[in-house]
Amino acid sequence: MGSTVMGSTVTGVLLRVEGLTVALPTRSGYAKAVDDASFAVDAGEIMGIAGESGSGKTMTALSLFGLLPNGARVTGSIRLDDTELLALTGKQLRAIRGRQIAMVSQDPSTALHPILPIGTQLTEHMRHHLGVSKSEAMAQAAGLLETVRIPDPEQALRSYAGQFSGGMRQRIAIAVALAAEPRLLVADEPTTALDVTVQAGILRLLDRLCRERGMAVIVITHDLGVMSAIAQRLCVMYAGRLAEAGPTSQLLARPRHPYTRGLLDALPHPEAGGALLVPIGGSPPSLGRVPGGCPFHPRCTYAQPSCATDRPDPKPIGEGHLLACPPDPLREAS
Amino acid sequence: MSDPVLQLSGVAVEYGRRGQRVRAVDGVDLVVARGETVGLVGESGCGKSSLARAAVGLEPLASGTVTFEGRDVTAMGRRRRPASLRGLQMVFQDPYESLNPRRKIGELIADGVRLGGGSRKDGLHRAAELLERVGMPAAAADSYPHEFSGGQRQRIAIARTLATEPSCLIADEPISALDASAQAQIANLLGELTDDADLGLVLVSHDLAVVRQVADRVAVMYLGRIVEIGDTETVWANPRHPYTEALVAAIPRADGAGVLPVDLPGDVPDPASPPSGCRFHPRCPIAQDSCRELDQRLAPVAGREIACHIRAREAVHDHVNKASRGDAERT
Repeated sequence: MGSTVMGSTVTGVLLRVEGLTVALPTRSGYAKAVDDASFAVDAGEIMGIAGESGSGKTMTALSLFGLLPNGARVTGSIRLDDTELLALTGKQLRAIRGRQIAMVSQDPSTALHPILPIGTQLTEHMRHHLGVSKSEAMAQAAGLLETVRIPDPEQALRSYAGQFSGGMRQRIAIAVALAAEPRLLVADEPTTALDVTVQAGILRLLDRLCRERGMAVIVITHDLGVMSAIAQRLCVMYAGRLAEAGPTSQLLARPRHPYTRGLLDALPHPEAGGALLVPIGGSPPSLGRVPGGCPFHPRCTYAQPSCATDRPDPKPIGEGHLLACPPDPLREAS
Repeated sequence: MSDPVLQLSGVAVEYGRRGQRVRAVDGVDLVVARGETVGLVGESGCGKSSLARAAVGLEPLASGTVTFEGRDVTAMGRRRRPASLRGLQMVFQDPYESLNPRRKIGELIADGVRLGGGSRKDGLHRAAELLERVGMPAAAADSYPHEFSGGQRQRIAIARTLATEPSCLIADEPISALDASAQAQIANLLGELTDDADLGLVLVSHDLAVVRQVADRVAVMYLGRIVEIGDTETVWANPRHPYTEALVAAIPRADGAGVLPVDLPGDVPDPASPPSGCRFHPRCPIAQDSCRELDQRLAPVAGREIACHIRAREAVHDHVNKASRGDAERT
């Protein structure tokens, strides 16, 4: 077995992110939105990134695409196979975006162009990246719409985004992202705006695509139920830093970081009856106001004096399980 | 139902669309008692928000009546609302839009007191009190809405509705725009308020897990109608309408078991041309030919009411079978 990064052996690693730091300009200088994040994604795997707003999960995703806000400073390394994405020119990145890595965003109402027919949006990628003819692309596009279960695909190709419901629009947005057969799909809160029934359909779709096509998916969401359903591995981020990472089943059944525990306790548990929810006190820090030491310490019920001064790095505590909490107060409980 | 504070009967809401009328809510009956939380759940487009808005008079009723504290308040339209109606208040989904960004928190909350006949000074004094009641520092009264996070803003919005000393709150997706930890805080706060202030609460949400946590009773809506209503415990533990079953099965559980949620195929039909008979029949896994024709009415089954004649019939059969088995054992 080679060196392990979050539990996956080096073989089969598709994307490897190391020491990723994203600093954004604010009125009072640069502030780190992502601070020294490392993870890897295997082909055919679904990996989840969880955290509240401001945890840096969306900025992490955008940095893969070179789509960070103007003025952002990125350091570290993002390697897709052997290609260092952070070293590419705009033109080289364009050849990879859509073709190798594609993105589905949260809001299905803004992801699609309102006055271009669905067919045009679906075939644009294919014709650009795969060089297929218009008629061939249209035939493939109809097949894609069938894959994401849009009824009457031929008719849908001639329709516009506004003619579909939210759930159908999100499925179309996924079809657009899949058009050039990317190897990695980044889905940023892909089901947050949707009803549970529609969400169930999209989660099953993503799961099927991974198994059938060997596509890798990074799912970003604060919904641990969604993570539990489809992600094999999970990174929990807080204030731009990795708090805990490991196999989803392990993290959710026996969380070791107090923040992971807090996120789980704040969820209504179907089995817990009408018991009161246990919210995490306080709210996540805003950009540029991240506390020193462990960024979670002001909200942490287990905080010790050292937590306010020493910034913890993720350390392996078990097979593929990383934890950035040196006191490890939940060790006994697990 | 000991002390009903809000009573909706036969409520219908219609919207105009190119000369054609669309029924978003079609004949809903709902009673809310003091100290009780009723959860209203369903997919988007099922009419739950329209029903909530109609209850507080933000949408005109196409038919039916709304009775608040024993008084018929249906015919109010959009005229200025009388003081007696101030006890019926609404909490909106998005606390980024429901608070005026140019006014201080104290002034926003004081409005409720001033409308009730109090002075501005009374209002500001009450504002400090109410802010503490919802878990905010009294000093927040001197700040503007942009200085607070989503969860804090929702607390402020709730403090504002409390300024009128309401006896019934209608909350339309009050927590769905918030972060996970803020969601839990607001859900708990709403639960405390109904208990302490003896408030009736209608909680509209697409998140069944939250409703399950907070609501005493739950009403499940599909395409403008209630299809199942009963005690939250009863409905959740053993949903009887096929649509409720599908909704409960679609919730992913954060237990790390890696089980994919169950899919309900199809989309909610266009309310402009609802399916004949039972409106759920095109998506229903147990639909029979009769479902296409028979209009479903709520009927008591196993401790709650459902609008499904197939399940109602099954329940009767079970009951008869059990009874006859009991007879056989006795003889």
